[in-house]
Parts: sequence; C-alpha cells; structure tokens
Amino acid sequence: MKIAIASGKGGTGKSTVAANLAWALARSRDVVLVDCDVEEPNLHLFFPAVATDVPVTAPVPEIDSSKCNLCGECGKFCRFGALAVVKDCVLTFPHLCHSCGGCTLVCPQGAIREVPRTIGRVACSRPLPRLVLITGILNEGEVLAPPVIKAAKTLAEGHPFILYDASPGIACPVIETLEGSDYCILVTESTPFGLHDLRLAAGVAETLGIPAGVVINRSDGKDEETVAFSREHDLPILMTIPFSREIAAVTSRGGLIGRDLPGWEERFMDLASAIPGVNP
Amino acid sequence: MIVGITARAAGTDAPAEQRFGRAPYFVFVDTETGKSESVENPLIDAAGGVGPRAVQLLSEHGATILVTGQVGGNAARALAAGGIKAYAYSGSGSVADALAEYTAGNLQPISLA
Amino acid sequence: MIKLAVISGKGGTGKTMVTAALADIGGVPQVLADCDVEAANLSLLLKPRRISTEEFRGLEVGRIDLDICTDCGICESHCRFGAIVRRDDDWVVDTLHCEGCGVCDYVCPMGAIEMVPHVCGEIFTSETDRGYLAHARLFPGSGNSGLLVVEVKKRAVALSKGADLILADGPPGIGCPLIATVSGMDAVLAVTEPGVSALHDLERLVTVCRRFGLRIFVVINRFDLAEDICARIESYCEAEGIRVAGKIPFDPAVVESVRAGQPVTRTDSAATDALRALRDTLFAELGIP
Repeated sequence: MKIAIASGKGGTGKSTVAANLAWALARSRDVVLVDCDVEEPNLHLFFPAVATDVPVTAPVPEIDSSKCNLCGECGKFCRFGALAVVKDCVLTFPHLCHSCGGCTLVCPQGAIREVPRTIGRVACSRPLPRLVLITGILNEGEVLAPPVIKAAKTLAEGHPFILYDASPGIACPVIETLEGSDYCILVTESTPFGLHDLRLAAGVAETLGIPAGVVINRSDGKDEETVAFSREHDLPILMTIPFSREIAAVTSRGGLIGRDLPGWEERFMDLASAIPGVNP
Repeated sequence: MIVGITARAAGTDAPAEQRFGRAPYFVFVDTETGKSESVENPLIDAAGGVGPRAVQLLSEHGATILVTGQVGGNAARALAAGGIKAYAYSGSGSVADALAEYTAGNLQPISLA
Repeated sequence: MIKLAVISGKGGTGKTMVTAALADIGGVPQVLADCDVEAANLSLLLKPRRISTEEFRGLEVGRIDLDICTDCGICESHCRFGAIVRRDDDWVVDTLHCEGCGVCDYVCPMGAIEMVPHVCGEIFTSETDRGYLAHARLFPGSGNSGLLVVEVKKRAVALSKGADLILADGPPGIGCPLIATVSGMDAVLAVTEPGVSALHDLERLVTVCRRFGLRIFVVINRFDLAEDICARIESYCEAEGIRVAGKIPFDPAVVESVRAGQPVTRTDSAATDALRALRDTLFAELGIP
C-alpha cells in the first residue's frame, strides 16, 4: 500500500498529517515514511533519530582535453547551457546539467565521459520499533529534486506499507512523488487560498489516475466551500482537524498530537481506516 | 581585433541592447578593417544557460572584446575563461555610438570576478 | 527603484498575506509580481482586472512523426527520463516527463523526431488599485517553473516605469522557482513562524540567499503562538546578522480578510498595526521614501 500526502498550497499540514498517521499506524504494523519534500524536509524533526546517509549523485560531463579538438558541438547541443566552448577550453556548468547524456553522444572525438556529482543524500533511520524514516535531502543551491525523490522512494520499495510526504506545489517534484501511489491524501485549509490550491492538487491526482481524499486542517468551522468542492469532485472528506492553539503549540515544537494529546491516536487510526484498501 | 556589441537589430546603426545572453543580435566589428557582421542570436528564446552559450558564439566569431549592458554570473565565468574582456555601455545610442565610447576609453570594464 | 521579494522556505507562513499588506499600505508607485507560479494566490487579495493573457512556452519537447517512425525503439533506449512510452502500439513522447534534452531527436536513425515548442503555462498582466500585477499559471507537472518565474519578472520590469518598488510574492522552497525569484533582487523579506520546521527551513533558505549577495530581512508571523521558539528565531537572526524587521501577532482578522478577498490592512487590527510597523522599518532600511 502506497499513500501519498500532498497539497497545492504550502503549510497546510502535510507533514503534520503524515507524521501523525505514521506514528498511529506504527503502533500496530510496520510502516515506512518517506520525506519527499527534498528542498525542505521536516519529518526528521518529529522523529529525531540517528540516521545513515546515502549520497545521491547525478552524472555530469567531464572533458578529456587530450581528445577534445574544441569543435564546439557539445556546447551547441546542450539545451541547458551546461557546456560552452571558448577560445581554448570547454567550460562545464555542472549545476545546470540535467544528466541527459547527450553530450557524450554528440562529441565526434569521444572526448566526454560522465562522472558522478553529489546533489543530495538520503538519510535512513528507525525512530520507532516499527517505523522506518527515509528522508531525501537536496543540497542547498541544487535544482534537480526528482532524482533525490526517486532515490528516496527506491530505498522504500518492496515494503508493504509506505507513506510519501510530498512538497507543496504541482510541478515535477510532486509528480515524481505521487507516481505509483495507490491513494493520495490532499491536505487543505478552510480558506480561499486553501481551496484555490486544492483544486490544482486534485487536478494533478486526477491526471495521474490516483484516487484521492481530503483532510481539512486548521478548520474554523467555515468549511462549506471546501466541502462543496470535494463533494462535486467525489473526494471524500477523510478528517477535519480544528484550529486550536493547543495543537499548534504541540506541532510547532515538533511534537506529535497523536501521542501528546488525548483522543488523537484514535482519530488518526480512523483516518487510516477511511482509506480504501487499508486494513486497520 | 574584433569587438562584439549587443544590439536590437542588425547593422551598426541599430540601437544597442542592454542584455547579453538574450540580445536579439550581435554585431561584430573588425577594428582594423572597419568591416562589420551582424549575427541573429539563436539563443533568444532558449530555455536557460544562455550566458555561456552566447560566449561560445562570441568566441566562434573571434571576438576578444564585448560591449554590452550587463552580464550574469555564468556568462562572466565563461568570458573570463575565454579571455574576452567586457565593457559596460548603458546609453541609448546605436552600436556605432557604443563602439565610439569604447574606443574613446569612456566605458567601465565589467568585473568578471 | 528597489526590487524586493517576499519568501519563506517553509510554505504557509504568510508570504502572500504580507505581500498584499505591503502593497496595500506601501504608499509608493510600485509594480507587483506573483512569482509563486504553481499556486498563485496574490490575485485573490487584490481584485485584479485582467489586461492580457499570453501562452508560455518553456523547453521544447520531442515529437515523433509516426509516418516516418519505423518502431526501432532506439529513442526509448536512450531517453533517461522515461518520456518515450508505448501508446496504442506506437512510440510517443509523454510530455509530462519530457525534459526537452533533444537526445531522441539526435539518435533517431530515420530523423522522425523533432523538438517542438510546448505550451506549459500562461502569463498574465493585470491592473489593481495598487499598481500593475504580473502573474502566471503553470500547467501541472511542468518542469519549467523557473523559466516562467523569469518571464513574470521580465513582465514586471517592463511595467515599472516611474515605479519606486517592484514587490514580488515568492514561492515556497529553495529550488528552481525560488532561485529564479531572488536572482537580481536587491533584498528579500523572509516570512517565518515560530516552529521548529519553519526555523529549519529558514536556515536552508538563508544559505541559498547568501549566494546572491542581497540584503536579507525576516518577519516573524503569528509570533505569539510559541514565544520560546520565536526567541530561538531571533537569536538565530542575530547570530547571522539578519535584521528582524517586524513581528506580527496571531490575529483572526487575517483569515477574515482572506475570506473577504482583501488585504488585512483594509481594517484595523493588531496584525494591521504590526504590518504598518514592518512597512516603516523595512522601507526605511531600503531607502524607499
């Protein structure tokens, strides 16, 4: 079972829902939680533990100057500007490289080979007896999130129950995270911003053919528009978490409301049961 | 020597252009013969990384001096590696005006560090 | 003219609310830009009147001419992005995954593949009561958010004659669209909140911003929800030499103003007072009259 937790808007509570759902489920089964928000991963703050790091590399070009005749073909081919041939050398801009391998193919002299460049890492830990946390981390200044997300998901492959915490937005990192999931939990807040961005995220899940449901977080009781939208689009409302300063206080300090506030473990188990295919 | 000047159109009467990587045209002037050649910039709609590839284009035309408004970080690195010196022209005149300002020594060098 | 971007690292800290408020009470000729092209919300608070809509084309994508294609599959074996797929017995390019690298075009022995323009978003110009707004919408799944942000900024600059300020609402995160937003700005205002996640994300954001040599300011939103963590943020900023330009209390007036589709500064509230103080401090620092 692979469940992704996503939203269009940032800060709606994806990580809060993912962390608490993982914690509640891990009381009775083995769970792997994958932090796919590789630009700003946060789950390790809820589950501090010693982690083992695995570097994530991307192949980038290296020029053999003994074979290179400065013909310039590589610079002309590369659509990302990662190579430029000037006066008497070939400059590479590895942070612009998308690792397509094209330059190695077009070089008439066979002077280009690919070498690995570290763009991030995946940190693996076991914060609880039945919970494994896999965190993808993109190095600051790097832009290729999808390969780091892919590496984190690969390490979880084969495990019977996986949760993926996505980054906000609707671009390729979110697509990479959602692909292959059996279900998507869309976390929103009951404001016009939340609803506007929920439409976008729901559209992405639909495009990918992934069934989805909605969690309304920080609700102030005025959720009519969100509920109406969800009904129109056959999105079940799986859970509504009210706004409360108590909840905010626990979460802002990296605490788990499922563990620290009475009644919430049951409520997250109810959330799990509401997902088709999950046996409580 | 060959001076490359960023331009909005072809020819030495064309208005000078501030941008480097996405300048519509590059006008190359050979200061010894006075001959000029205008090249339409193939990178103007390119996705990204245009700076270094524009430097490659300068290099292919033998330019050792660039006159433009400003350059980005990646372009600066490519210019430095290619031994091309860059000078800033921010006036509203033509390519010929920009070249005259350069020749008169009135233009500030653009730091490539 | 000063160029200022409102950013955050962690999503949901209040960038759009702060940007709309500064736009509302700034009191200077300005142009606004919404650089959060994936989930553009600024227009929900500013009641924009649309002037123009244009298609946005990012990287080209591969297209296979099935009349020439001999089904050899060499393109698929070279594509590193899983973008060449089988559909109804044909090889086709899946534009959701195509990176636009051009390798398939290069390797096809029959010349059946060419790179073609691909519309992956829209870019808008609108008018508001507080100046022009340049904004955009990225179609889902696109890998071109950085490029679209660059277009939005170009549009804002083109509209900025006579303006003292370009004010941009930024995206969350520290990747492509964030980097595209802050590049070329004079200063950034990082909106954060008192939480361990927000502080962690702020630190990563500051690391990225330092490479651009721009001035960094912080505003702590909803600061009274966890005053101990608020103090940790203030210590971090002091250690980093970053000025905390304002602190905004948690205030129900904020959500009410979002529901009313207007900046919170249109009514009196504790948040409004704090935002006025933020404006005064920030504009004085930036030399905006």
